[in-house]
Amino acid sequence: MTLTRRQMLLSSLSTVALATLAGRPAWATIDPVGHEGGTLTFVISPSPQILTSAMTTAGAEQVVSAKISDSLFTYDFDMNIQPQLATSYDVSEDGKTVTFHLRQGVKWHDGTPFTSRDVAYTCMKVWKVLHGRGRTIFKDVTEVQTPDDHTAVFVMTAPSPGMLKSLAAQQTQLLPAHLYEGTDPMTNPYNLKPVGTGPFKFVSFVSGDNLVLEKNEDYWDAGKPHLDKLVFRFVSDPATVTAGLESGEFDLVNQSLLPKPDLPRLEASGKFDITTKGYEFQNEMQMIEFNLDDPVMSNPKVREALAYAIDKQWLVDNVFFGYGKVANTPLHYQLTQLYDETDVPRYDYDPMKAVKLLEEAGYKRGTLELTVDPLPYGEYQNMTANYLREAFRGIGVKLTVRNEDFAGFVKRVYTDRDFQFTVNLLTGGSDPTIGTHRTYWSKSFAKGVGFSNGSHYDSPEMDKILEAASAEMDEEKRIGLYHAFQKLAMTDLPVLPLVAVESVTVANKRVHNHTINAHGTYADFAEVWVDPKA
Amino acid sequence: MGHYLRNRLLQAVVVILIIIVGNFILLNAVPGDLVDVLAGRGGDMDADLMASLRARFGLDDPLPIRLLDYIRNVLTGNLGYSWPHSQPVLDVVLQRLPATTLLVILSVITSVFIGTLTGVFAARKAHKLTDVILSMVVLVCYATPIFLTALALMLIFSVQLGWFPLSGLTTAGAEEGILATAADMGRHLVLPVVSLSLFYVAIYARLSRASMLQVLTQDYVRTARAKGVSERGVILGHALRNALLPVITMAGLQITELFGGAVLTETIFGLPGVGRLAYDAVFARNFPLLLGILIVCSFIIVIVNLLVDLLYMKLDPRVELTK
Repeated sequence: MTLTRRQMLLSSLSTVALATLAGRPAWATIDPVGHEGGTLTFVISPSPQILTSAMTTAGAEQVVSAKISDSLFTYDFDMNIQPQLATSYDVSEDGKTVTFHLRQGVKWHDGTPFTSRDVAYTCMKVWKVLHGRGRTIFKDVTEVQTPDDHTAVFVMTAPSPGMLKSLAAQQTQLLPAHLYEGTDPMTNPYNLKPVGTGPFKFVSFVSGDNLVLEKNEDYWDAGKPHLDKLVFRFVSDPATVTAGLESGEFDLVNQSLLPKPDLPRLEASGKFDITTKGYEFQNEMQMIEFNLDDPVMSNPKVREALAYAIDKQWLVDNVFFGYGKVANTPLHYQLTQLYDETDVPRYDYDPMKAVKLLEEAGYKRGTLELTVDPLPYGEYQNMTANYLREAFRGIGVKLTVRNEDFAGFVKRVYTDRDFQFTVNLLTGGSDPTIGTHRTYWSKSFAKGVGFSNGSHYDSPEMDKILEAASAEMDEEKRIGLYHAFQKLAMTDLPVLPLVAVESVTVANKRVHNHTINAHGTYADFAEVWVDPKA
Repeated sequence: MGHYLRNRLLQAVVVILIIIVGNFILLNAVPGDLVDVLAGRGGDMDADLMASLRARFGLDDPLPIRLLDYIRNVLTGNLGYSWPHSQPVLDVVLQRLPATTLLVILSVITSVFIGTLTGVFAARKAHKLTDVILSMVVLVCYATPIFLTALALMLIFSVQLGWFPLSGLTTAGAEEGILATAADMGRHLVLPVVSLSLFYVAIYARLSRASMLQVLTQDYVRTARAKGVSERGVILGHALRNALLPVITMAGLQITELFGGAVLTETIFGLPGVGRLAYDAVFARNFPLLLGILIVCSFIIVIVNLLVDLLYMKLDPRVELTK
């Protein structure tokens, strides 16, 4: 395919824009005004098992390792590209070659210079082979050329606009080729004593207890980081986390670790800064996945009936304590460029209509019995399933909630396919190609693969839209394709989106700049500073 | 004596073999494996990657072959590899053992000491007001669930008073040095040890009180008193030594129970212990790690039982160790 002149202009514009940015975006940050130094204690759960996210997509690994290791870009709240180790990039006319111009004078923590060899090695040997999401993102990359130390050229078989939205340290981290080349990356000892280019250097790690990082004095962004020390604590008991925040032992907590019922109390105390920003890279959605191989669920009238029987606002208010929004399309509302509910079929709470639809489908009141499998990850899926039991009772459907542990759930739903519908939590990611596509694309249905196309939805029309969108370089055409996607997804209803979840970060007020871009607390923390007096 | 030890060690080997085979089969009957969980955590793997991971982790061989491989490895001292940790299983377990060992040993010592003291005191004042009050306090300790005690202690002594740290075993990044580290660990362990001990204090108090009351009615106690031994000498030198036997039995059981049962305390106080590791390993379907923990713990339990038997012999010369 060829780019129109407009796109060429766009991509060259972005190069210029990036090139003129000397360091980082300054618009969102608060200057430390002389507050250099100090220690920040960040509590997370579970304990990370290794200290790099180059080969895993697990959350704890992402949070801690993004402080030590960098990637090519970061993204602002609207998912615009900001430079990290790549200062600019150009896309070829056919979209199949992307050239990254790398930052000069960057050193690994052991003093070795960072070069394009590191980029080529990590992409071809680690991301593309071992990283769950990387295997999708870089599937079309055939080669990374390194004409000189500061240029990396990605050669692809097809254009991949999604790739440019996925080059952040929280998931595609660069590894030092000189320490990994010729070894098995999965057993490399540096997975546990990482050497990165980031603002913080590894000091010590006690699995299940704590991780200590210290300031990188030779950090490429001079004058940063502001903190002397960054301490991670791994605490799995939510009550302990709240107690630790209140006693001041912990400065910062992210994600779903905090019991939501505790949030109003923490907020009222006035001692904390509570934000739902900084999760634009994740975009979690609570959804119902209908098993279309099940004779009852394959009936669209039944799926629609169940959709009308659910008061989603009730879920937002009572299960999520207001930290979320009713989901009317499969895309998270934080994907501001793509989210659009115009002309998308709506299923607003209407139990009478639900009863009518069920009767049309041949199920008289009280004759339908169903089973739901909530995802055993956090408590919210189970709470929603219990709400559904009561809500469905109102339309004469008897619902049984079946609870298993995580591995049992994955096997039942994705391998044995012995279920009717789930209440699931799906991560959309920074771009629909990363998370959302696999839920709706017929070719991603694969027995035994967790969180693939769980409903076994198979629509040639949908495939066409998704395949076109994943290779479309024109922003406007892409927006149009995703609008068609949202309409079709809500018409066919293989999956019923319930709540666009808002994750929460709670910080002691002495902590500043903890959320300045789409990565939130998954960012590198070079800008974070603490006020010792507060 | 040597004969006895040899026999016991032989028994231990058989017990551990049974543990390995039984658990290996049981664990593999559970739905889902390590790769399912790894794929699920990120929610983004494909079938090829999953198959290649299964091959690497050795999950694609038939069960009997994997079992034989495993036993052969264990016999050569190799407990396998924990892929998610990028480390050998033994290393992972040994990193977590100190926290649990400290917690268990300190709480056994604390609870045996305080419990026995309370029991003996209550027995001396049997059916008087002191005894009634002590019995009530003991009953409350016995009836309060550990997590409640733990949270209450935490709220009072960490959050309100700030006397003790909230969680963890050490202050992350604190200064080095054996003395400083020991003091730091001590401060971190006070609340976990107290909350874990309170329940057992109650048990030892009741046990030693009953045992003491019974022993005090024995002829030899009367004889001791008759020949003019001081009250203190009667209690400590004659009665207590015999009354301790059930307490020792219980302590042996408590140690073995705590190695698995300290999960709750470890979770609440964020201690990097074996209990939490095992709990997480179950949910991660990390079976090499889980089996490794079981084997290490069974070794400890076998040794503790042996020590309890030897202690019995020391306390009561009538006990003889036969085969």
